[in-house]
Amino acid sequence: MATEAVSTGKTGSCCEVTLCKQCGTETSGKADFCCPGCEAAFAAASILENQAAYSLLAHDNEDGSYTLSLGVEGIHCASCIRLIENALAAEPDVSGARVNMSTERLTVTWAGARERGDVLGGIVTKLGYKLHALNDNESASHSQERTLLRAIAVSGFAAANMMLISIGLWSTGAETMGVATKELFHWISALIALPTVIYAGQPFFRSAYAVLKEKHTNMDVPISLAVILACVMSVSETLRHGDHVYFDSAVMLLFFLLIGRYLDARAKGKARESASKLLSRLLGVATVLEDGKVTQVPIKELRQGVLVLVATGESIPADGIVERGASAVDMSLITGETVPEAVKEGSDVFAGTVNLSAPLQVRVSKASEKSLLSEIVKLMETSEQGRAKYVRLADKAARLYTPVVHAMGALTFLGWWLLVSAPWQESLLHAVTVLIITCPCALGLAVPVVQVLASGKLMRAGVLLKSGDALEKLTGIDTVVFDKTGTLTVGHPELKQHDAGQDDFALAASLAAHSKHPLARALRDAFGGTVHSLEPVEVPGHGMEASLDGKTVRLGSRAWCGGAPDGDDAVLELWLAVDGEPKARFQFADQLRTDARETVAALKARGLEIHLLSGDRAPVAKEIGAALGIDHVRAEVKPAGKCDYLAALKQKGRTVMMVGDGLNDAPALSAAAVSMSPSSAMDITQNTADVVFQGDQLAPVLVAYDHAVFSTRLVKQNFALAAIYNVIAIPAAVLGYVTPLVAAVAMSGSSLVVILNAFRLNLRKNG
Amino acid sequence: MDILLYLIPIALTLGLVGLAGFLWTLRHNQYDDLEGAAHRILLDDDEDEMSHPN
Repeated sequence: MATEAVSTGKTGSCCEVTLCKQCGTETSGKADFCCPGCEAAFAAASILENQAAYSLLAHDNEDGSYTLSLGVEGIHCASCIRLIENALAAEPDVSGARVNMSTERLTVTWAGARERGDVLGGIVTKLGYKLHALNDNESASHSQERTLLRAIAVSGFAAANMMLISIGLWSTGAETMGVATKELFHWISALIALPTVIYAGQPFFRSAYAVLKEKHTNMDVPISLAVILACVMSVSETLRHGDHVYFDSAVMLLFFLLIGRYLDARAKGKARESASKLLSRLLGVATVLEDGKVTQVPIKELRQGVLVLVATGESIPADGIVERGASAVDMSLITGETVPEAVKEGSDVFAGTVNLSAPLQVRVSKASEKSLLSEIVKLMETSEQGRAKYVRLADKAARLYTPVVHAMGALTFLGWWLLVSAPWQESLLHAVTVLIITCPCALGLAVPVVQVLASGKLMRAGVLLKSGDALEKLTGIDTVVFDKTGTLTVGHPELKQHDAGQDDFALAASLAAHSKHPLARALRDAFGGTVHSLEPVEVPGHGMEASLDGKTVRLGSRAWCGGAPDGDDAVLELWLAVDGEPKARFQFADQLRTDARETVAALKARGLEIHLLSGDRAPVAKEIGAALGIDHVRAEVKPAGKCDYLAALKQKGRTVMMVGDGLNDAPALSAAAVSMSPSSAMDITQNTADVVFQGDQLAPVLVAYDHAVFSTRLVKQNFALAAIYNVIAIPAAVLGYVTPLVAAVAMSGSSLVVILNAFRLNLRKNG
Repeated sequence: MDILLYLIPIALTLGLVGLAGFLWTLRHNQYDDLEGAAHRILLDDDEDEMSHPN
């Protein structure tokens, strides 16, 4: 993984003259560039050189070709797929290019030099899609899902075919079916069942073996025991020409349970999928300026004190201090606030924030693993560990269930053997029947089926469940803590009022159209008419400037446009000035989500306590708290402070749901018992949250809560149904009334009842 | 009941063919990108081949 040194331009480090890095002319003093234009051109070139990163990430295949997997952002439709794949396939040395839309991945394989990867990456970037490096640890959960799916296929096939045979066995008595036919059927069943159980039962056997080795127990122990005992007993019965052949039950049990297990794994896998997206930002390369030479250095190898170049639109690779240049930096990743902060020489900047308007040179003050971003991630991981203690309902049931059932089996054996004085074979037969019939088939389905139906229904309502136990945890909450920006508010400023005439408005919008600044965007969006064609330049830290009919037109900050200071610099505003004369003032505000008030009221009506936690200044937070009827408001809170606040609530015995969107909320989200974030939130924040909701409304929070309460009730009902089934089935088995037919009917019957009960979720209105 | 000697193997074989088919599709990554597959059906392959002969 050698990094390439690309030499551009010369510096006269030996003498007093410094040459421009872009054009080579003498610069004034010790500056690296002769003019801002050269600096910008140089930065643009360094963006292109950034593609050198891609080839470093390629794997070499056995046949000498290279394969590169990258995350792609911005794939929406079939044309995107075609555009990317065709552009790559048009290169003669590319042997395969495939876009995976579900996982937003691009895999490209080419023959020849490793460095070709840079060019290929560049082709895609030029099409307008952002590429990012991937943390390759997603394959483990993927292969687990696959194993389960294969096991389902095998057990499904076996169950269907054995049913064919078993129905023959059940529906005909000794008078119609000869002994030889019956024996044949038993043997065929064994032939299908034994390999199936050995193959499809592995997920359960492995898990059971692993926990037994640790001297614990889980649901997989009784399952494995029942399946294995059923098979052993059925083989012995077949050999002894008996009737108690339970192959079909064993296989059907596996089939049902595997479905439950697969649904569970899918839910967990999806949650994990976006796990590494944010940290992948730190996997790229930075452009380092050293002794007048530009080199590409992987971000994680950045040391303190080096000088990095950050081009416009790039994210800043490490925490540092601006050495040259002035620009606006999008700090939303750290603070959650969407309005960019102006930075100039000497300002602190943070890793992961995005440089918006002009190239910057940043002196790294902390190595990347010590950056604020990494600190936040660490803080989050620590909180997460505290949360792992939550015990799911199903596990609680399993803990209770296993000893009871096994004791029941042992008692049955002893009872028949000692009290009834039955031969030990027969006693054992009854005991094993107890274990088979109590096998937690319904229990295994009780949670996943409700889970899948509820998450499907919520997804249609725009709510994405990220963790399997989110619904259960939601049910238990008694306090909701909201973040302000981006959660209660939409998160981006909108034009609130202005005093401009139609002409001035059009002029301002024309200037704004050329800027990426959020306020400028809001202004342009608010203006519906046609804009003038202008060629403005962006003056970093100030605004946009252009000349129109010989006049200088400016759109930007109050001071720059000559506006009179009024002491309140907290207002979000843009000024329009013509020839230094202020013409109009545009005021912006971050709007509340339209239904924020109703949602907060409805949550309160359900007996939940609502808190507002904001990094913003106190007056703003108080105003919003009052507007929404939130009593507990805390403002000017830092990320660690949010964690402390939640910890304090926890101390008071509260179970908290945290709703937030910024990276600064991420640690708090993982400290809360359960957490939600809007889909406009940062990847890492969404990743930390148990629930992600889409759209401009807050109502999904309420919908999710209501659904959670209802589905947890369904899960509990399902457990009750499973318990009732056992109350009937166990005595029957203990007394020896169970035959293979009864076992099959009872077991599939209980599973069906549980599934049908879960479907009541779909009968419910709303969403 | 002799018919069983034919029917059972036939039933099992048919089932096995289905199972083998499913496992084949699984091994060839056909379930990896269900969303993408839903969109790809809208692509016009002929046109692709004309504009990009390789």
